[in-house]
Amino acid sequence: MVDYFSLDYFLKHILSFAIWVPVLSGIVLLFTADENKPDNTRWLALVGGLVSFLVTIPLYTHFNFADGGFQFQEGFRWIPAFNINYHLGVDGIAIPLILLTSFTTVIVIIAAWEVIEKRVAQYMACFLIMSGLMIGVFSALDAILYYVFWEAMLIPMFLVIGIWGGPNRVYATIKFFLYTLLGSLLMLVAFIYLHMQTGSFEVTDFHRVTLPLNVQILIFLAFFTAFAVKIPMWPVHTWLPDAHVEAPTGGSVVLAAIALKLGGYSFLRFAMPIAPDAAHHLSGYMIALSLIAIVYIALVALVQKDMKKLIAYSSISHMGFVTLGFFIFNNLGLEGAIVQMVSHGFISAAMFLCVGVLYDRVHSRQIESYGGVANTMPTFAAFAVLFAMANSGLPGTSGFVGEFMVILGAIEANFWYAFLASFTLIFGAAYTLWMVKRVFYGEIANSHVAALKDINKRELLILSTLAIMVLALGIYPQPLTDMTNATVTQLLSQLAQSKLPAGFTSGL
Amino acid sequence: MTMQQIYLAIPLLPLCAAIVVGLFGKNLPRAAAHVLTILGVGAAFALSVYVFKDALLGHVYNETVYSWLKSGNVSFEIGFLIDRLSAMMMVVVTFVSLMVHIYTIGYMHEDKGYARFFSYISLFTFAMLMLVMSNNFMQLFFGWEAVGLVSYLLIGFWYTRPTAIYANLKAFLVNRVGDFGFLLGIGLVLYHFGSLDYAAVFSVAPQMADAKINLIGNIQWSLMTVTCILLFIGAMGKSAQVPLHVWLPDSMEGPTPISALIHAATMVTAGIFMVARMSPLFELSSTALSFVMIIGSITALFMGFLGIIQNDIKRVVAYSTLSQLGYMTVALGASAYSVAIFHLMTHAFFKALLFLGAGSVIMGMHHDQDIRNMGNLKKYMPVTWITSLIGSLALIGTPFFSGFYSKDSIIEAAKASTITGSGFAYFSVLAGVFVTAFYSFRLYFLVFHGTEKWREVKHGVGHDDHRDEKAVIKDDDSHVKTHDSAHDDHADDHANDEHAHHHGLGPNDDPHEPGWVIKLPLILLAIPSLFIGYFAIEPMLYGNFFKGVIFVDSATHPAMHELTHEWHEVIHSAAGMAYHGLMSLPFLLAFSGVALAWFFYMKRPDIPAKIQTKFSLINRVLENKYYFDSFNEKVFAAGSRFIGNKLWLIGDVKIIDGAIVNGTANLVVKLSGIVRKLQTGLIYHYAFAMIIGVFFMLSFYSFKF
Repeated sequence: MVDYFSLDYFLKHILSFAIWVPVLSGIVLLFTADENKPDNTRWLALVGGLVSFLVTIPLYTHFNFADGGFQFQEGFRWIPAFNINYHLGVDGIAIPLILLTSFTTVIVIIAAWEVIEKRVAQYMACFLIMSGLMIGVFSALDAILYYVFWEAMLIPMFLVIGIWGGPNRVYATIKFFLYTLLGSLLMLVAFIYLHMQTGSFEVTDFHRVTLPLNVQILIFLAFFTAFAVKIPMWPVHTWLPDAHVEAPTGGSVVLAAIALKLGGYSFLRFAMPIAPDAAHHLSGYMIALSLIAIVYIALVALVQKDMKKLIAYSSISHMGFVTLGFFIFNNLGLEGAIVQMVSHGFISAAMFLCVGVLYDRVHSRQIESYGGVANTMPTFAAFAVLFAMANSGLPGTSGFVGEFMVILGAIEANFWYAFLASFTLIFGAAYTLWMVKRVFYGEIANSHVAALKDINKRELLILSTLAIMVLALGIYPQPLTDMTNATVTQLLSQLAQSKLPAGFTSGL
Repeated sequence: MTMQQIYLAIPLLPLCAAIVVGLFGKNLPRAAAHVLTILGVGAAFALSVYVFKDALLGHVYNETVYSWLKSGNVSFEIGFLIDRLSAMMMVVVTFVSLMVHIYTIGYMHEDKGYARFFSYISLFTFAMLMLVMSNNFMQLFFGWEAVGLVSYLLIGFWYTRPTAIYANLKAFLVNRVGDFGFLLGIGLVLYHFGSLDYAAVFSVAPQMADAKINLIGNIQWSLMTVTCILLFIGAMGKSAQVPLHVWLPDSMEGPTPISALIHAATMVTAGIFMVARMSPLFELSSTALSFVMIIGSITALFMGFLGIIQNDIKRVVAYSTLSQLGYMTVALGASAYSVAIFHLMTHAFFKALLFLGAGSVIMGMHHDQDIRNMGNLKKYMPVTWITSLIGSLALIGTPFFSGFYSKDSIIEAAKASTITGSGFAYFSVLAGVFVTAFYSFRLYFLVFHGTEKWREVKHGVGHDDHRDEKAVIKDDDSHVKTHDSAHDDHADDHANDEHAHHHGLGPNDDPHEPGWVIKLPLILLAIPSLFIGYFAIEPMLYGNFFKGVIFVDSATHPAMHELTHEWHEVIHSAAGMAYHGLMSLPFLLAFSGVALAWFFYMKRPDIPAKIQTKFSLINRVLENKYYFDSFNEKVFAAGSRFIGNKLWLIGDVKIIDGAIVNGTANLVVKLSGIVRKLQTGLIYHYAFAMIIGVFFMLSFYSFKF
């Protein structure tokens, strides 16, 4: 007899719960919602989001920190004809991202509370479903299952931007969709090739199969196309600023906080361990692209006039640290990259929410529409300055930890990598604080600013929650790295091992 | 309480006060803001004195508080190293901070941001304490950036003023340039020494003395030289050394109490402290020390010149701070680390005193800062007058005053140093004595003696020396505002502006000396400005005070050794040094500086104006501060924006989006356009196409067979 209400049963299937609780609550919301009673819908969505978040907590509390392999595994045969399984499992890299996802969803639901007035149920449902699907991406250990989640999460995001987005939303959604779809198709080709080699779609089988270098390079490039777009890496980044500008606040938050991490995570789960020799072989190019992202994009961010665009570019620049950390192949770099992903989740979410707070009141994202906001919204200004400082990588905030680790890691690889990456200290502070100066400081610029009301309790709640996370992670990041330590060590030794077949250098 | 708990309490008490006042200040009564923070800082001061006494017994504490982060086999920790150096710094920091807290009650009592201000300065005290108490490079960097943050917040305290928010952004960014080098230096330390713990790094340092690294091609660079110069670049930012000094004069936009605390006594000396702390590393590279020394001498002399032509009372003191920081840096370069720290300490007292005195004058003058409008204030503000005189005499190095002992020792150290650049350094610090005496007493005479000039001048002419205001407008192209004078045009509409109440004295007003909360800190700071040098020089420089803390390689860098020799052979005592000093060249130079100032500004005030017109070129260069600001504006600020714009509009918009992304889409559109043309929807077109098709098929088959 299976006791469906025991803790044991729950822990065995915790990943399924983490995925399907939010998806089901989203679906329930869609069918039960009454357009005339939006408040009921909101509360229901919040309950769904909170339960979904609570469900993921045991992933942390019951995690075996010493084990670098996959934990909480579960599964059954899904499509036996092609040997496709519903196989879930997570390691120390996936769990922080899953927690980040379920946490962010709650924030997004609260942030949308009074802001979204039309189609409340659909909006909330989109985010709940998306949350489940993204957790699916982070926990799938079967390539096809992964692929399904990966593609499926695009749909709610597409809808969020397309329905609740700004005036130019159609261009943005199509650009976003085509960009990501094109890459994904090549990834599918890679999966099918690997399936032909191994006879399975198991990620762990993919990790084991030996491949000649030229095959590895092709596979790596196929993955690269998919993931680089998602992160996004220079030069396939131009969809992101457009998508952010058009997306509603919640869409931007999820996009920046989580969707970008799907790409980073997938590099670690697929591209690098499946084709480690290619990863080493191509690391120079990857590092070059990362450094271009850090420096070039930071300069571009400096001259943006639209706050959301500025933050979007700043995201790309910060994600450059993630890819830089991956391809210098050392502990500090890799772990720093993971910390950077989590930290960027909090900070970019907070930054976009701050823009949202202003946008809801003034309906402009242009920097020049503001000036002297600190006079009328002092509490809000304090939060904004805190998050801006975190974005500039100030020690004591989470923004510092990842960048610091990656720069220290990069110096082991090559002094000049670190040198270029360190430009973020100057440029990151320049574009962020210059924006703060123009928006928050100075005299009250116009009547809109003069009429601003400081943040309400709901906004205070979300901003202070994020502030606490940003500070906690900055002051004491060890709990996070304790989680990733074993996995990173194992991954690095995996990456250090050549997968070339003995005696062969070329195949196909 | 165990010692460990005491060490923890010292930084945490001000932090707690800062958090409580910062978060709940608005809901608490006004007095709670200063009571809580003064309690916190006062307790920290008392405990620091206790710790200092303990350290005098020779106790050294070096332990981890908590492990911040572990990655692979590297561990980053938060921990304390309490030895005599850090204990002394803790006492200085908490003492000056306490004085400034008390003084602020008076200075800020009308300000809307009263609680916010106390919260910031307590937070600063916490950050500075974490910096000096650190036992590793990472926490040092933490404190380093945190003091920078608070400095940013405080310079921009009056955030409606364009000059203030320009200055704070500038300060933060220039400091970040320094931190850029600092961080890379820390990175090299971690990579080559395998740890960021001071003790661990210093113990392996001697083995690395000859280590080489490749940076460009196959050229070999000395690891120690590269590392030390990178670390020193950090110090150049924080301690405002040329060419990263540009932020400090502008930081005077902040309220005066923080100019005393942050931009004179404590934060700006963090770089000096850091290099002294790293003496085991810097001793291994004479090249780096030469670099340090040359930068220091340039700063000491050339920033002094700028002090001469300033008319804003705070800016004169600010340039004097720059110049004195240069002196300390020269001492570092001469391997006289203890002398640098000694000067840091005496300077902290007398410069905080001078700034707070200037603040008192500013209050008395109803927020007019132009020294040309002052005069004869000694009649109205006796305490401010006497204490400022003490501060000025200490600054110019009058024998028996604290500044004399530290400054003369620096000059001697520069003379005795043998490394490259020491000749220039000796000249600079010597010439600097004259310059310092001249500008200090120019200020002193103009403010406290002579005629009461505010009775003659018409209102609102002050502050024409704020050249940066034009720069502000240039810098910020989205907010073009006409802005003639920093103060007059928005004095009226903002209650939280310092200048809200009044600007300048009316011709019939008398200045008044502020109350005891202002006078008490002045008096308490005047005491160490007078005596601390006399009592501290022997133990600090020639005794065992820094034994085991500061490391000097006397064989290669003999300056300190020679000074010690001379002390024991010739000078013998602090009094002896003062008597010797009376007959020395520096004293003569200082005396002539004072005399010239008296002659120019008391006796023949027409001469300076004539000189100004005669040497108009030099005057222009000085007024433009050697064009550092305009260069930075035009090259770095405008250059970055220009490149950013080009990268965005050409790289992103035109090439990636225009040519590739939309280009692909357009290509699809074009191709489908061509295909679409075939589908006209007219039956006879299709019929015609079919006929042609049939014709070709038939001919194909008929030819085949």
